[in-house]
Amino acid sequence: MPVITYLEGIRSAMREEMERDPRVFVLGEDVGKGGVLNATKGLRDLFGEDRVLDTPLSESAIVGVAIGAAMYGLRPIAEMQFADFIFPAANQIISEAAKIRYRSNNDWSCPVVIRAPYGATGGGSLYHSQCPESVFFGTPGLKIVAPSTAFDAKGLLKAAVRDDDPVLYFEHKKCYLSVSDEVPDHDYEVPIGKADVKREGTDVTVITYGMTVHYALKAADVLAKEGVDVHVLDLRTLQPLDREAILEATAKTGKVLIVHEDNKTGGVGAEIAALIAEEAFDELDAPIRRLCPPDVPAVAINPVAESFFLLNPDKVADAIRDLARY
Amino acid sequence: MTDVKTTPIVVPHLAETIVSATVAKWLKRPGDRVEAYEPICELFTDKVNVEMPSPVAGVLVEILVPEGRQAAVGEPICVIAEEQADSASPNIPGRSAALDGEESFRTAAAAAEGGGLGRRDGVDMRARYSPAVLKLAAKYGVDLTRVPGTGLGGRVTRKDVERYIAEGRHLGQASANGRSGPADSTASAVSDKTAGAAQPYSIAEMPKVPVRTSGLHLVEHPPTPRIEIEGHDDTGRGETFIDVTPMRNLIASRMRQSVAEIPHAWTMIEVDVTNLVLLRNKLKEEFYRQEGINLTYLAFVLKAVVNAIKDYPIINSVWATDKIIVKRDINISLAVGTEDAVLTPVIKNADQKNIAGLAREIDILTKKARSGKLTLEDMQGGTFTVNNTGSFGSILSYPIINYPQAAILTFESIVKRPVVINDMIAVRSMVNLCLSLDHRILDGVICGRFLQRVKENLESFGPDTQLY
Repeated sequence: MPVITYLEGIRSAMREEMERDPRVFVLGEDVGKGGVLNATKGLRDLFGEDRVLDTPLSESAIVGVAIGAAMYGLRPIAEMQFADFIFPAANQIISEAAKIRYRSNNDWSCPVVIRAPYGATGGGSLYHSQCPESVFFGTPGLKIVAPSTAFDAKGLLKAAVRDDDPVLYFEHKKCYLSVSDEVPDHDYEVPIGKADVKREGTDVTVITYGMTVHYALKAADVLAKEGVDVHVLDLRTLQPLDREAILEATAKTGKVLIVHEDNKTGGVGAEIAALIAEEAFDELDAPIRRLCPPDVPAVAINPVAESFFLLNPDKVADAIRDLARY
Repeated sequence: MTDVKTTPIVVPHLAETIVSATVAKWLKRPGDRVEAYEPICELFTDKVNVEMPSPVAGVLVEILVPEGRQAAVGEPICVIAEEQADSASPNIPGRSAALDGEESFRTAAAAAEGGGLGRRDGVDMRARYSPAVLKLAAKYGVDLTRVPGTGLGGRVTRKDVERYIAEGRHLGQASANGRSGPADSTASAVSDKTAGAAQPYSIAEMPKVPVRTSGLHLVEHPPTPRIEIEGHDDTGRGETFIDVTPMRNLIASRMRQSVAEIPHAWTMIEVDVTNLVLLRNKLKEEFYRQEGINLTYLAFVLKAVVNAIKDYPIINSVWATDKIIVKRDINISLAVGTEDAVLTPVIKNADQKNIAGLAREIDILTKKARSGKLTLEDMQGGTFTVNNTGSFGSILSYPIINYPQAAILTFESIVKRPVVINDMIAVRSMVNLCLSLDHRILDGVICGRFLQRVKENLESFGPDTQLY
């Protein structure tokens, strides 16, 4: 199987879906020349500017147009240049896309995919580093995915395009070129709503998604030499959460560490912790812990504050070690 | 290895007049973990017995003053090794076996970092069981106090229980314990948490405490240390030795001092309390419903005595060789008997309390006295003593004054007797009040008047008396 990058996984998924289904098209700022992050590079040459639409700098319009097109039977992929800029479109996503099926008593649906490049790569500061998933996380009617590998990125994007309901697709910018793995040549989907055990272990369970999956795996390698056996669950889908996988992973060790790059308060981890407390209390051998950046408005640009804010494998390893000792 | 600092623990300065204390009982043994403020021993002083809280956390290394021996204030009685960073220190006997090589990373990690999530360092977690551990223990009938803990602060982790079960060690434990079944032993393990915290590995080995069946000590309350007497094992001659406890010794010396120094005089009157009996019977159930405590005759007696003292303040005084000190505060010492001692806790400012307030104070102090929980504060400052001798059936007694007070009054049993009223014979509820007085301060006339005032006060209680 060929090894490709996370970014290539996303790009090839879009290309293959556009080849497969003429209703699929992409729209966004500068997507014609490839987008600022090169995700749509080469697509206009293949499919023409009618299916690779450059839009004005208006996220509300991008998503609004995509919703309308989706309701008329097309399969739009709307690109937010950065997830930081998704907020002008939040009203379209939360009040329209998420509610159309419910509001129309199942007569209409809204098969839109909204791609949101999120997370810090370093040096991105306030408006190129945010993790806004918690803003949309509590919205029924939306599906939210956040892959961590090239395989999952490609398979989930295909599943998202083929899904009949709105899917928010969070792609971590730091994964784009730093993460590469084997991806099959043939067509495949990664089902939405299924988490994946990335590593089996018996001492501490780490539940995470996105870039921090790789931090957890690196930390697990280090800790294996110290005798700590770490179990890593990659959520892959945030909405709906894979409850069975979470409860199973909890029962595996009884000690749960939830890690994410979004800040702690009201984050995805809070919901997972509550779920475990409600349904797997008897399995717990230690307090549920969360490792997340502090509740400050955003990542700072100065390197000291940035490294204080952002997670890394060492911080994850320390947190696992502490929980293992408990 | 962690830094260990040894700290000598000294007898604290308990109160103004106390210069020494006797170690009554050690609550901790060498090798036991001690938390800060956790009681390590019981101290007897001239006034009361107190539990001595540990000023530091650590491990008790050595006991310097054995049970029954006296130590001056400021003198060290034991040595505690304080731990600087890590509760899982291998110095703790009984813990070291549990810390085998497999867990070495935990110690290393503990030494490597001080902060983070490991802030529970230094806290004894042995008796803290997680839901997962309790679930496993219930399922397999594991007595958790027998499972070696390798977690933070000696906590028993899920893996510890799983290992214990895998080794099959829980199977032999039920018969060894003499317990009937798995569910039973788990319940005990949970309810015995506090005991487990003190001595987690030696519960089964604790010696059975012999129960005395002869002599004065029918029950051992308050706790009495046994002082070994050399060579008295010749039991065949019909004699039993009863060791004099520090408490007994204290009572003896106080009584001797009072009788030796104070010239006692004694007088008695009888009081018709028929109306009081009617009043109390009318109110007692309602009072118990509202207040949750019993409305005793003693509360009324105290009220009557306090009001009489206000009229005759000289009763509330102390002999001081060249002068008589009259105390303004009326603090009533209340004699409370237990099976093997008598204590006199104090109701402070008794003149400022109504009958309900006095009843509540009586309830609190007698309960504290009987459970051995009186503090020094409870025992100090008495100016006049009342003894409810009627409670053990006496109708006449000759009390010894509670040194250095001026007088002591007893309230005897209430009995129905034929009494002549207006040349007719009536059946009335009568009671005797006895007063012992310091004849250096008080004479017959003043005491007679005082007792008459107490009598008037008691006889004036009637259906209209307000408790509040």
